[in-house]
Amino acid sequence: MSDTQPNTDTRGFARKLADIDKTAVAPFLALAALFVLGALVNPSFIGIDNLLNVLTRSSFIAIIAVGATFVISAGGLDLSVGSMSALVAGIMILFLNSTAIDGDYAMLAAGIVIAIGVGAGAGLVNGAVTTIGRIEPFIVTLGTMAIYRSVTVWLANGGSIAMKSSEMRNLFRPVYTGTFIGLPIPVWIILAVGLLGAFILYKTSFGRHVIAVGSNEDVARYSGIHVNRVRAMTYVIQGICVAIAVIVYVPRLGAATTTTGMLWELQAITAVVIGGTALKGGVGRIWGTICGAFMLEIVGNIMVLSNFVSEYLIGAVQGVIIIIAMLVQRTLQRKG
Amino acid sequence: MSSHAATQPTSLPVLEARNIAKAFGPVEVLTDISLTIQPGEVHAIIGENGAGKSTLMKLLSGHLQPTRGSVAMDGEDITLAGPVDAEHRGLVLVHQEILLAPHLTVAQNIFMGRELKRGLMVNDREMNRLAAEAVRKLGAEIDPTTTVSRLSIARRQLVQIARALQVPHRVVIFDEPTASLTPYETEALLKVIRNLRDQNVAVLYISHRLPEVGAIADRITVLRDGKLIATRNASELQPVDMAKLMVGRDMSKLYPEREETATRETMLEVSNFDVPGYARDASFTLRKGEILGFAGLIGAGRTELLEGIVGLRAAHGHVELNGKPVKFHSVRDSMAAGIVYLSEDRKGKGLLLAQNLRMNLTLASLKKFTKGPLIERKREEQGLDKAIAEFDIRARRRDLLAGQLSGGNQQKLLLAKMMLLDPSIVIIDEPTRGIDIGTKEQIYKFIADLAKAGKSVIVISSEMQELIGVCHRILVMRSARIVGEVTGDAMTEDEIVVYATGVKTNEAELYSTGTA
Repeated sequence: MSDTQPNTDTRGFARKLADIDKTAVAPFLALAALFVLGALVNPSFIGIDNLLNVLTRSSFIAIIAVGATFVISAGGLDLSVGSMSALVAGIMILFLNSTAIDGDYAMLAAGIVIAIGVGAGAGLVNGAVTTIGRIEPFIVTLGTMAIYRSVTVWLANGGSIAMKSSEMRNLFRPVYTGTFIGLPIPVWIILAVGLLGAFILYKTSFGRHVIAVGSNEDVARYSGIHVNRVRAMTYVIQGICVAIAVIVYVPRLGAATTTTGMLWELQAITAVVIGGTALKGGVGRIWGTICGAFMLEIVGNIMVLSNFVSEYLIGAVQGVIIIIAMLVQRTLQRKG
Repeated sequence: MSSHAATQPTSLPVLEARNIAKAFGPVEVLTDISLTIQPGEVHAIIGENGAGKSTLMKLLSGHLQPTRGSVAMDGEDITLAGPVDAEHRGLVLVHQEILLAPHLTVAQNIFMGRELKRGLMVNDREMNRLAAEAVRKLGAEIDPTTTVSRLSIARRQLVQIARALQVPHRVVIFDEPTASLTPYETEALLKVIRNLRDQNVAVLYISHRLPEVGAIADRITVLRDGKLIATRNASELQPVDMAKLMVGRDMSKLYPEREETATRETMLEVSNFDVPGYARDASFTLRKGEILGFAGLIGAGRTELLEGIVGLRAAHGHVELNGKPVKFHSVRDSMAAGIVYLSEDRKGKGLLLAQNLRMNLTLASLKKFTKGPLIERKREEQGLDKAIAEFDIRARRRDLLAGQLSGGNQQKLLLAKMMLLDPSIVIIDEPTRGIDIGTKEQIYKFIADLAKAGKSVIVISSEMQELIGVCHRILVMRSARIVGEVTGDAMTEDEIVVYATGVKTNEAELYSTGTA
């Protein structure tokens, strides 16, 4: 994953190369390496259809991980995103199954608004408890992870919550299966969420405050920044991202089960970390995160296409990836 | 600088630095230092922050290896493989910071890593007995079963020294041991050191507190900018001469000429102000154009009082700004009212060390650099240009991180950051801590210029000379209260110490009584 420095280059070029922030480039180099590996393992991997398919499947994690980039850059952590996905999906479907509003389109629009509201609310709970209660986010979100999951199981009566109306299903399905100018809609949504996330994090004063709070909370406070408000807001953004992911997820299966979103928190955090965001806060890389989410899905895809490792071991491979990513990040930072 | 050499004692030096030099990368921080330490001698090393004192100590105690030159014991060159090797040879370093486990007992700390055992069990009874004895040797009585967290800083330091002296020792190195001690505690420590000297132990004593150096040392070596300036017998040097050698120029030029910029107009009036646990019933006024000093020992509550006033701590009391009562619920409120506070903890509370200069500069005043929610990068860059020129921030490159700047440039960046808020009252806590002498001069001038421009300044400092040099008036705090005010000709170290310690005595007398 290290950059190669040819001997022929001039000093100026070498210095420029050394100046590049290696932690920012590393994920994209890793992605390129995976492309090569995938192509070698199975030529069909590199086909445009397969790649778009992989990208589409990575959309849930990519969208959630954009939110996680905010939380982690501000020095927080959210373990509840998987359970929260299940909860938001469950409530959204329950609403769609009701006949509260006339007209399918209006119903669907209201469902989307409700999903986003529930996500933002669930995020606000995480944010408020961590900041006002001054409890470690690890503990708070471990708690809400259990709560959100358990409420979902209760709502589903231990089974699953499925969309009843087939018209509604047909209406909603294109959000996951449809295409627009040749690209699947989930890919457009990833792009939109990424652009918006990058804009907020890099260009606005709120984004600047997120980085400042994650970099050193005391300095932020002494500089007159609303530390608690900024922190809480990152969890709300996380909740909204979960809701957007759910809006892409629900039309895929048309149901929420007790295992919906299982281990998504692990994948989202992994995507953020391999994307170059510092787990201790103060650095956030939106596009690195999306690249990380894509890599996780590619690894799975390569495992399916090859016969080296059983695909049942995909969780183990992802676990190994996060540990290696941390090691690489630390080594690069020490050199830089 | 020519120095008439100190009289060389005739016996063989127990420890010697022979043309020792140390470089970190291309930067040489210590150049050709040669000095000797005799048994039964207290040899003081003095110098400004950054003069190379600590580096020299680390070389002599095996924590660092010299780039050139060598360390010799009993006249023979040796290589110290590390601090453990040094201890085996009888070279003991007493660290400046307290390195004890707070939840363990005094005896457990003294014997940590070398516990006495009886079979498989630790022999607590024997360790307690020996620990009590070791502490008694230092002239104190501490129950060896007390947990360290319940001891005062001074007593912890005694425990630390007792621990260090458990090793058979021939040379004991003290690195700024009195930095956090009151004069009484300092005197107790000096007694311990005299005791060691009487036992023919060689003592190397690092400090920048000149009166106590004069009181304890037999010989004094002055370092400046990594070079040895002079080694003299202590009897030949007055504190004033020591200061001149340390700074390399006349100290009086360090401070700008005092101008009576203070007007009669009251800017800030604080009355009956409480910061629970830190400050009680504080009342004072600050006039327009005035530079007001806050003196006192560490822990007297100065920082906490002013943090309370600007809304950084829970506090209550009455504050009037320009004659109008105000209440600052958070530091945002006081900033909006035109009061800024620059923390003493520059690295922990002032600057984001891992971020670049631009982000640090604009952090507190981001609103000035935004259009709607959008940050205007170009305006930020212009702001940085201006700050670099105006505050003389010296950075090799613009894209450096704040943590890569020297202490002096960090302080200038912090000043620039806070001045962007266009304050009318500037509170600076320890403005020159860890800063080189050249930058100190710039900062003093900057403070004087602020007052000249009609702003009011509060300076909190533990360096009494600095307060006397720049302030119009000094308030002294002791144990959470403002106990005195000195102005005009009464602004002397002696007068401040009287209030800071709560006794009618002065530091120099206190030290001299110890030798009686």
